[in-house]
Amino acid sequence: MKAKAVIEGRALKYGDNINTDIISPPQYMELPVSDAAAYAMGAVDPGFAEKAGTANIFVAGKNLGSGSSRETAPLTLKYLGIEAVVAEFFARIFYRNCINIGIPAIECADAGRISEGDELEVDTAAGVIRNLAKKESYACSRIPAHISALIEDGGLIGHLRVEKEGRK
Amino acid sequence: MSEKILARAAGVENASAGDILWVDVDMAMMDDILGPRIGIAEGLKEFGDRLWDEGKAVVISDHYMPPANIHQAEIVKFTRDWSKSHGVDNYFEFAGPCHQVMAEGGFVRPGEIVLGTDSHTCMGGAFGAFATGVGSTEMLGILVTGRTWLRVPETIRAVWRGRLPSGVMAKDISLKTIGEVGHAGATYKAVEYSGDTIDGLPMDERLAITNMAVEMGAKAGLMRCDGRTREYLEERGITVDENRVSFSDADAEFAETYSFDAAALTPVVACPHEVDNVYSIDDIPETAIDQAYLGSCTGGRLSDLRAAAALVKGRKIAKGVRFLVSPASVPIWKEADLDGTLATLAEAGGTILAPTCGVCVGLHSGILAAGERCISSSNRNFVGRMGSKDAEIYLGSPLSVAAAALAGRIADPRGFIREGI
Repeated sequence: MKAKAVIEGRALKYGDNINTDIISPPQYMELPVSDAAAYAMGAVDPGFAEKAGTANIFVAGKNLGSGSSRETAPLTLKYLGIEAVVAEFFARIFYRNCINIGIPAIECADAGRISEGDELEVDTAAGVIRNLAKKESYACSRIPAHISALIEDGGLIGHLRVEKEGRK
Repeated sequence: MSEKILARAAGVENASAGDILWVDVDMAMMDDILGPRIGIAEGLKEFGDRLWDEGKAVVISDHYMPPANIHQAEIVKFTRDWSKSHGVDNYFEFAGPCHQVMAEGGFVRPGEIVLGTDSHTCMGGAFGAFATGVGSTEMLGILVTGRTWLRVPETIRAVWRGRLPSGVMAKDISLKTIGEVGHAGATYKAVEYSGDTIDGLPMDERLAITNMAVEMGAKAGLMRCDGRTREYLEERGITVDENRVSFSDADAEFAETYSFDAAALTPVVACPHEVDNVYSIDDIPETAIDQAYLGSCTGGRLSDLRAAAALVKGRKIAKGVRFLVSPASVPIWKEADLDGTLATLAEAGGTILAPTCGVCVGLHSGILAAGERCISSSNRNFVGRMGSKDAEIYLGSPLSVAAAALAGRIADPRGFIREGI
């Protein structure tokens, strides 16, 4: 699966400090991601799993993904159909985990201007988020070159596979 | 210090903050909850189903220990079987939280790169190692290649000077630093702890500080290797490779410097639901508690248990309070048993549990119901972490936990101190 340079879709919007205990509650980590997903974000939004079916861009404020190194957090978001995560800034392990499983993690100082349900175009190559609902554009981080190769290959494992088998 | 360690691991002369380096990993640690089961075992099959170096991997079942239900038992069995079939001799269970097992096992050494599938892997920085948490996919990449990429972090310096007053512990240093720097204040950066206060602390106490560096967003929490570090490792049969010991130069550049006066520090508490929500214990209004937890990789070491035992000796915990004690490893459990520490804690009303991560992360052995309140010597107070999202977690030192267990409410341990502690 190739990553898209422009991700189009609808926003789900949350605030600051959405940590990985919130995204992937520890009590349900013993379940497969497909079963645990029903409990994702439960502490702040019990309806998240259902809503995620109607939107594909997860937008939050400051310090998204703080806390545990649990990859079940981005894996759960991916399972529920999230194609990109946008935040003012990220906690570092969560950021790496997103990249490593092939979800673009985009820093955007104006993430706070985005509202729940806004139609967005996230252009990871140009470094711009177009908010079609509000008719606004925001500068966002571009994916660095050494990382875009990873995402294009579908994450770290896809990248290792390509390195092993040779680039076609 | 980070620059030097990472440059050595990458095989380059010099490195500066911002450089992205491919480094050789000296030790790869996996736990049960985020180890082989999360895509690692399955993914490795595609790459020959062999580790790059079995001797550099450690697998520790700790979160689901002892297993509380069939799901957890299956995960531990899978982890155990996978380790055995992949030649990982360093597999541990019923041993304690992974970071303490790594420390006591001599798996974290000065100047080495230690990566683990748990965010508190940064505890190993107390040995002068570059230790940090990674996700499961990243760990898979390491198991295949023995390498990963790391961005050389900028460094924030936290300088502690002076002598800690009676009743104030390293955990208070840890929380106070986080309160000042903020829960995201060190994101992508390393935090280097120094000063005569740090130099004067035994390894047990130093570990309680570096353990929580990630609670500021930090990639690593570093302390320099000194005589105490060497002594701790030598007691465990490890001779320090002096060529790998790194120090920050006298003229090293720091992104920021925070200076603290240890003599002026009071016991502090991190209030719900963020670790940087730190207040002096004097300023906490009347707060009744249901549970007091003394344990974890942050606050369950021998010195922690002994300090708490000295406080509760000859006293009884408040009626209705659950005082749960989980020594951070089997060796700690045994030593605390031999010297009477566990008996003292139990006599006061404490319940002694197995060494485990279960209570701290709400998996088993001490889960909170809605409306309940807990004070804990562990490292996170996020909403829902120890059970119900409608429960509250306060973080404090082992002494503050013991004082709260006696009082039935958050209480200043200095009010309970007697001679000899």
